[in-house]
Amino acid sequence: MGEMSLEQVSQNYYDILKEIGNIGAGNAMTALSQMLQCKVDMKVPQVRLVPFSDVGAMMGGEEQIMVGVYLGVEGDITGSMMFLIETACAKHLINKMMMGMASEGDGFSEMELSAMKEVGNIITGAYLNSLSTLTNLKIYPSPPDLTVDMAGAILSVPAIEFGTLGDNLLLIQSQFYDEVEIDGYFILIPDLESYSKILTSLGIPME
Amino acid sequence: MSEIIKVGMADLKTCVSPDGVTTLGLGSCVGIALRDPVTKIGGLAHIMLPDSTAIRNANQNVAKFADTGIEELILQMEKLGAKRSRIVAKIAGGAAMFMANRSDVVQVGRRNVEATEAKLQELKIPILAKDTGENYGRTVTFFPETGEFHIRAVGRNETII
Repeated sequence: MGEMSLEQVSQNYYDILKEIGNIGAGNAMTALSQMLQCKVDMKVPQVRLVPFSDVGAMMGGEEQIMVGVYLGVEGDITGSMMFLIETACAKHLINKMMMGMASEGDGFSEMELSAMKEVGNIITGAYLNSLSTLTNLKIYPSPPDLTVDMAGAILSVPAIEFGTLGDNLLLIQSQFYDEVEIDGYFILIPDLESYSKILTSLGIPME
Repeated sequence: MSEIIKVGMADLKTCVSPDGVTTLGLGSCVGIALRDPVTKIGGLAHIMLPDSTAIRNANQNVAKFADTGIEELILQMEKLGAKRSRIVAKIAGGAAMFMANRSDVVQVGRRNVEATEAKLQELKIPILAKDTGENYGRTVTFFPETGEFHIRAVGRNETII
C-alpha cells in the first residue's frame, strides 16, 4: 500500500467514512433509546477533518469540561475509540438512567460515573457493532475508561494517535435529543493499516 | 498593555516581557516553557509526540515533536535576542488521561516528558521546575518577566512553579 497519509484516506474515502459514522451513530442512538426507554432523535452526523490548531475551538474551547469515554479496539482491526459529551448532557443522561436520582450540580458521584461509563459502553459498543456488521470484520472493544476533564486534555489522547499520521483529527459529531439537545462526539481511531482493511472489506480497493 | 499569547496544540510561540504565553488543556502533551532571564525573552511549546525521527510521513510540523519543537523555539528566541547559554526551562503536562489497556497510549505522556528532558539535557538547558504525569489535564501560563509558570487543573488550586 506504500506511503499513505490520513489526508489521502479521508479525501478519497470521505463519503464512506461519513456513511460508516452515520450508521454507527444511528445504531448508538437506537441502543441509547432502548436503554433509556425513551425516543431519541438524531440529526445527520457531521464528519470533519479538524486541524490540531482548531481542535480547541471545537466543543466550546479547550477548557470546556467534558466527559470522555475511551476504549481500545482489537480483532481484525486495531485502534481505539472515544466518545465525548458535555458534562451537563452527561448529567441529563445519567439522571434518566438513574430514574431521576442523579445529584444536582457539576460534580459526579462514583455511582454516576459508573452509570456514565455504562452509557459510554453501550453507545460505543453499538457503534462498533454496526461497523463490524458492515465490514464483516471482527471488532472487539476493550472495557472503557472514563474521565472528566478539560476538552483539550481529553482530546490530546486521540490527537496524539492521529499525530503519527498527519495534522488532523477525524471527528464525527452527532447531535441527538430527547427533551434536551445533546451533542455527542465520536472519534474512531483505527491504526493506519486498519483503514485499508475497513475500506477493502467494503469492496473499495486501495491503490 | 501586556498580553497573553495563546499557543495551540502542536504549536509554539515566543514572547517578550511583560507579555506571557499560555496553552489550554494540556493532556498527554507537554508544555515546555523557556526563558532567557536577562533579556526576559520567553517561549512556550506544546508538543504532542516524543520523536520526529520515529515518524516517516507526518513530521512537517516541527512544533509537534519534543526534539524539533525545542530546537525551533530556541531558534526563534535567539532571533529576538535571547542567548542560548542563558536559557532555562520549566515543563508541565504529560498526563496519562486514561487507564486503557493500550499501553502505548497510556505511556505516551510519560514518553513525551522523557523525550523533553532528554532533549533539554542534550542542549544543556537546566530544568528549573516541573509538574508532570498524574492523570489530569493542565492549563499553563508562563511569564518571562518573573519566570513564573502558572498551572491550573480542574478541581485543584492553581499552583505556581
